[in-house]
Amino acid sequence: MENHTQPLDFIQDKQGKKGIFAWIFSTDHKRIGILYLVSITTFFLVGGLLGGLMRLELIAPGETVMSPQTYNAFFTVHGIIMIFLVVIPGLGAVFGNFFLPIMIGARDVAFPKINLLSWWLYVTGAILALLSQFAGNGAPDTGWTFYAPYSTESGTNVVAAVFAAFVLGFSSILTGLNFIVTIHRMRAPGMSWFRMPLFPWSLYATAWIQVLATPIVGITLMMIVAERLFQIGFFDPSLGGDPILYQHLFWIYSHPAVYIMILPAMGVITEIIPTFSKKAIFGYKAIALSSIAIAAVGYFVWGHHMYTSGMSTTARWFFSFLTFIVAVPSAIKVFNWVATMYKGSIDVRTPFLYAASFIFLFMIGGLTGLVLGSLATDVHVHDTSFVVAHFHYIIFGGMGFAFFAAIHYWWPKMFGKMYDERRANVAWLITFVGFNVLYFPLFIIGVQGMPRRYFDYLPQFHMGHLISTIGAFILLTGIFLMIYNIMRTKKHGTPAGMNPWGGVTLEWTIPSPPPVENFEEIPTITKPPYTFE
Amino acid sequence: MIYLQIFSGASNMVEGVDRSFMVIFSISLFFLMGITATMIYFIVRYRKTRNPKATQIDGSNTLEIIWTVVPLILVMVMFFYGYRGYVIMREVPEDAMNIKVNGYMWDWDFEYENGKVSKDLYLPINKPVKLNLYSLDVIHSLYIPAFRVKEDAVPGKENYMWFTAQLEGEYEVLCAEYCGLRHSYMEAKAVVIPQEKFDTWLADYHPELNKDPRGLEILKANACTGCHSLDGSKLVGPSFKGIFGIQRIVLVAGKEKTVTVDEDYLLKSIKEPNAEVVKDYPANVMQSYSKVLTNEDMGEIVTYIKTLK
Ligand SMILES: [Cu+2]
Ligand SMILES: [Cu+2]
Repeated sequence: MENHTQPLDFIQDKQGKKGIFAWIFSTDHKRIGILYLVSITTFFLVGGLLGGLMRLELIAPGETVMSPQTYNAFFTVHGIIMIFLVVIPGLGAVFGNFFLPIMIGARDVAFPKINLLSWWLYVTGAILALLSQFAGNGAPDTGWTFYAPYSTESGTNVVAAVFAAFVLGFSSILTGLNFIVTIHRMRAPGMSWFRMPLFPWSLYATAWIQVLATPIVGITLMMIVAERLFQIGFFDPSLGGDPILYQHLFWIYSHPAVYIMILPAMGVITEIIPTFSKKAIFGYKAIALSSIAIAAVGYFVWGHHMYTSGMSTTARWFFSFLTFIVAVPSAIKVFNWVATMYKGSIDVRTPFLYAASFIFLFMIGGLTGLVLGSLATDVHVHDTSFVVAHFHYIIFGGMGFAFFAAIHYWWPKMFGKMYDERRANVAWLITFVGFNVLYFPLFIIGVQGMPRRYFDYLPQFHMGHLISTIGAFILLTGIFLMIYNIMRTKKHGTPAGMNPWGGVTLEWTIPSPPPVENFEEIPTITKPPYTFE
Repeated sequence: MIYLQIFSGASNMVEGVDRSFMVIFSISLFFLMGITATMIYFIVRYRKTRNPKATQIDGSNTLEIIWTVVPLILVMVMFFYGYRGYVIMREVPEDAMNIKVNGYMWDWDFEYENGKVSKDLYLPINKPVKLNLYSLDVIHSLYIPAFRVKEDAVPGKENYMWFTAQLEGEYEVLCAEYCGLRHSYMEAKAVVIPQEKFDTWLADYHPELNKDPRGLEILKANACTGCHSLDGSKLVGPSFKGIFGIQRIVLVAGKEKTVTVDEDYLLKSIKEPNAEVVKDYPANVMQSYSKVLTNEDMGEIVTYIKTLK
């Protein structure tokens, strides 16, 4: 019997569509968010599996389980999948789509159809990326950075992979555009800019980067294609081109891309800490504005990837200087998060554990970034496993752990079911330990001179690699346990209720799962977003 | 262990690099420990069971200013040390000895001022050395971890690095920029020896005697020997040794076919390397050289391969 006073939730209400079509042709932001969740999780597992196999190859010096060509293809494909299909869309596409409209009191994003188009572009790009691995002359072996002239000369399937990244770029641009307009035009009455919650703030800063920076990488990747097909001579010196030009163009996008991943992650953490501390966020404006500062200064630091490329001496110190400046707004956020806990009433639940471990891992990632931003030390550790460890602490320890935090925080809202919290905490502990055992040794062997993207290595690095490989398998165990625990809520979940954590932002004022229209009546906002009691 | 490595002074660059490393490392460790400890203390001290009611605090402008300005000052200190350790790397002393470095897939050649070419980097102790870095194909990066130096060898560009080796011994020379199949095997040794020994080593060079046959010169200049060995060992492609005149199974559009390796086959393999690939070797790794080599060059190569019995 249908209860006519309660509207159907968005999962029950298929809007007149059947089966899978209720998903893949839905323009409901919540359904699109879940489409992304499923696709991104799938690719995360594929990328993770490739990473695990690479770690297995490196368990001992010499060839163990795969040939060098396979290894080179694996780290390329691992990078392409993880960067373009997982972490760049990541939090924005999944939780941004699902929660941005709800958190600002809207019924959907500004352009629901474009939103669906973004997902379709994502899928098209993903299929192209997969095709590039299997069709034609073998998986690309250039690294996800596609450095010229290697990428313009390699006999492997580079064009398809590059074109995939190009299509994925459009998906990202459209999502960014959609979010900007949504935030500008669709906030609930009374929600001034400084009454907007901080996850939407972080998405706003991110969206500007997506819109402004992504076209640059799109053009750059097309130049690679043109170079390969028509021998134009942009980048290949044997055709009169300049390989350093490619690096500039590539990093003009790909450095800000780091902020496309990490800003929404910071936004998630900023939501979770007040909820579980039962306390208003410390320094609301400082956190909101620091997102904007990171997005703005982050455009001008790309050259720190190129200190040893032969760039001019002036450019090198200029980029180093700005790189150090951009560290400050991140530090400000960390101080404010910790200050929020002061005199709170802290309920240590699974999302909070992920958020607190995010802070720890993000600090390690950020502080080791200072070693890479500094000129003298970067000369030594550039292109070593120190860099690999650093960006995995930022991307995986940062964005990845924020994603895990978000899924544990919002899953009960999205599906109305609560997972087994004890098992979730065990999975957290295994994941956290595995992560550090996997990546920390790479800092040490990196400082000792272990270059990255090496199929084989000198005997003195064996211990570090061995420990790291063991860590990889601990980490995978934790992740599988986590996914199992979440998936099992479908049958065994307990009803979560409207507000299981005692949160105060708008998503906790509507039923779980939310109805299609989100709000029966659009709320009027009269208070700052984190008003407890 | 890390400390020992960090404070060894194998080159004059070590001090600047390691000092800025230690400055950044100490400040970072202090903050990492301090913030983590504070966080854990808050979580324990203000846990729900002990502190059931939160005290609402919106923020503090004083604190915001403090934790903006203090990190700003500290990162400027870090920047300064990094800059100081780096700036000497770009200022080459006038009396530096020049060595030309050619990187190619997947080996290094070190060419000295008198024309001597070595596979290993011999260095006189306490003498400034400038390495002029060139690449014949893709980007490589010359990296000597013990010396704390690294600079890319970029095709079409002249990069450089300099240093003074200060401790006798042998050190690893690696390639740090990913350059394809045998990237991790692109290594050499830096051998630091006393000046007198170095002078003897350098003088032991007889261009007339060691002159390579023309065909071999061309093979080396085009980095062919990175994939095709001259001694029968299997690299990416088939070795040239003893290859002339024998029969080989090749794949033509997926079908096996037996060919005799004669002049025609060798020339075809240079011009269309992927048309008839020897079985068990990867296709599409090699590019056509028909635009790179002249017909005479190709002839010289074939003549040379004939001599490799
Ligand atoms: Cu960067
Ligand atoms: Cu190389």
